[in-house]
Amino acid sequence: MGLTPAELDALLLSFNVAARSVLFSLPLATLIAWLLVRGRFRGRFVLDAFVHLPLVLPPVVVGYLLLVLFGRRGVLGGWLHEAFGIQLAFTTAGAALATAVMSFPLMVRAIRLSLEAVDRGLEDAARTLGAGPLDRFLSVTLPLMLPGILAGAVTAFAASLGEFGAVITFVSNIPGETRTLPLALYTAIQTPGGDAAAARIAGLSLVLGFAGLAISEWLAHRVRRTLGQA
Amino acid sequence: MIRVDVALRRGDFTLDARFEAPEAGVVALFGRSGCGKTTLVNLIAGLLRPDRGRLDIGGETLLDTAAGRDFAPEDRHVGYVFQDARLFPHLTVAANLDFGLKRSRGRQRVIEYDEVVTLLALAPLLHRRPHSLSGGERQRVGLGRALLAQPRLLLLDEPLASLDAARREEVLPYLEALRLRLSLPMIYVSHAFDEVLRLATHLVVLETGRVVAQGPLTEVSLDPTLTAIVGPAAVGAVLDAEVLERDAASGLTRVRVGRSGELKLRAPDAVPGAHVRVQVLARDVILSDRAPAGLSVRNALRGRVVSIDPQGDEACRTLVDLGGARIVAHVTRDAVAALALRPGGEVWALVKTVSLRSLPFP
Repeated sequence: MGLTPAELDALLLSFNVAARSVLFSLPLATLIAWLLVRGRFRGRFVLDAFVHLPLVLPPVVVGYLLLVLFGRRGVLGGWLHEAFGIQLAFTTAGAALATAVMSFPLMVRAIRLSLEAVDRGLEDAARTLGAGPLDRFLSVTLPLMLPGILAGAVTAFAASLGEFGAVITFVSNIPGETRTLPLALYTAIQTPGGDAAAARIAGLSLVLGFAGLAISEWLAHRVRRTLGQA
Repeated sequence: MIRVDVALRRGDFTLDARFEAPEAGVVALFGRSGCGKTTLVNLIAGLLRPDRGRLDIGGETLLDTAAGRDFAPEDRHVGYVFQDARLFPHLTVAANLDFGLKRSRGRQRVIEYDEVVTLLALAPLLHRRPHSLSGGERQRVGLGRALLAQPRLLLLDEPLASLDAARREEVLPYLEALRLRLSLPMIYVSHAFDEVLRLATHLVVLETGRVVAQGPLTEVSLDPTLTAIVGPAAVGAVLDAEVLERDAASGLTRVRVGRSGELKLRAPDAVPGAHVRVQVLARDVILSDRAPAGLSVRNALRGRVVSIDPQGDEACRTLVDLGGARIVAHVTRDAVAALALRPGGEVWALVKTVSLRSLPFP
């Protein structure tokens, strides 16, 4: 199954976009999950709903909202461009942002579940042994959350590889810049005589999806075994 | 001194406990399940915040709600051995032990790493992970981890409760060894009087959130409030005794209790001068108005009746002083009348040698 250079580009770009997306959203997702589980503040419900919005909104709507916010003339986009020279609309970075927003709820959910499963008694034990709040989080809570964080990262990575609607709306379909695998597949379908290419890309996506799930399972199993939960 | 005075209301449970105990020795916090023992130790550790309270340990005030003083648990340096061990599952035994040690830098040393490992026989466990340990091993590691944090006070919340009888016997000697080796103040929570008997020097009895009796174990062992908790069959005086001599012919050991009381009992390992703890169960004591003759009983001690309290319809709780040591006897009202027992009157207490239980207690 030989890939054409353009398809290989799309594959590498997909990895690039997904990796950036996961890398940047991981700390934020951990923080948000922590706030949702441990936080005692008024707007918790609103924050919860807001984080989950991408799950229920059509991806095109998310892409559109990103365009409004982060487009060159958008509220944040204009400022980012002027202050830091960062342009998100129609760039790879923008594609990463769109996939990050779309996969964020998945990541938060996984991390949140793992945080809820952390035995508070162990944190109490750490306190009696002299560990302050940050120390406790880094030395006990975070390591115990690791299975969930890994699962969240792998799931989000796999979802990022496949994000279509938000990406094409926000950053369009530019070869080498924003044409990730699903966009390449879409292009192939739209192109007369592109059937073979479409089949190749679809097959590739399938393999990647399986690999992602397998890696996620394997990681979870390994970590559980270390912690003695399996 | 350890001074505790805390109050906490949670739903319809109210804890209002006040007690004092010397730092030397082991304080047993004794009471039925649900009486507030764990709540009380959590308040002492700082894991719970009281509505009102004050806590002094060895001259340092760790909590004083009136003065707005409340040390966080991590700043109290109060060690805690949990009922369920609570070892960190992501760390090896060695790393669990190191956890508190690393964070205790600059504090006065209570015990060194090597000594903990030796005392608790942890060497073969160091590279294992908590999930591969047995219940007894887990408690030993939990104990070592708490000690290595160099605490000023060690709380042990029913460390044996989750173990079966065999495992319990496996861990108890380690606790006894610690008591002997360390001068660290300890508060030992238990609902098993047997453990209290083997470890405690001081006893605080808790019932529905209140302290109903407190003092040296030998005194509190005679307290009527204890009867309700341990049941009439387990009530008995706990006496500190000194071994006088061992009679090779009879195999019995003579010990002195109080100033001048003497008991004969079976204590094969006892050497003269050693201290043992003797429990005389109230139901095993027979009272007589004259010196007995022609009985198999080896212990007939002359004493004086201190008090007689009717208990229920038939039984009387009779306190007898035997040359400075006090024992309690359960006898019937009928017997009290027949023997004309009265406070201040002379009496002979007969105790079967085989019913006496002695424990080494230096």
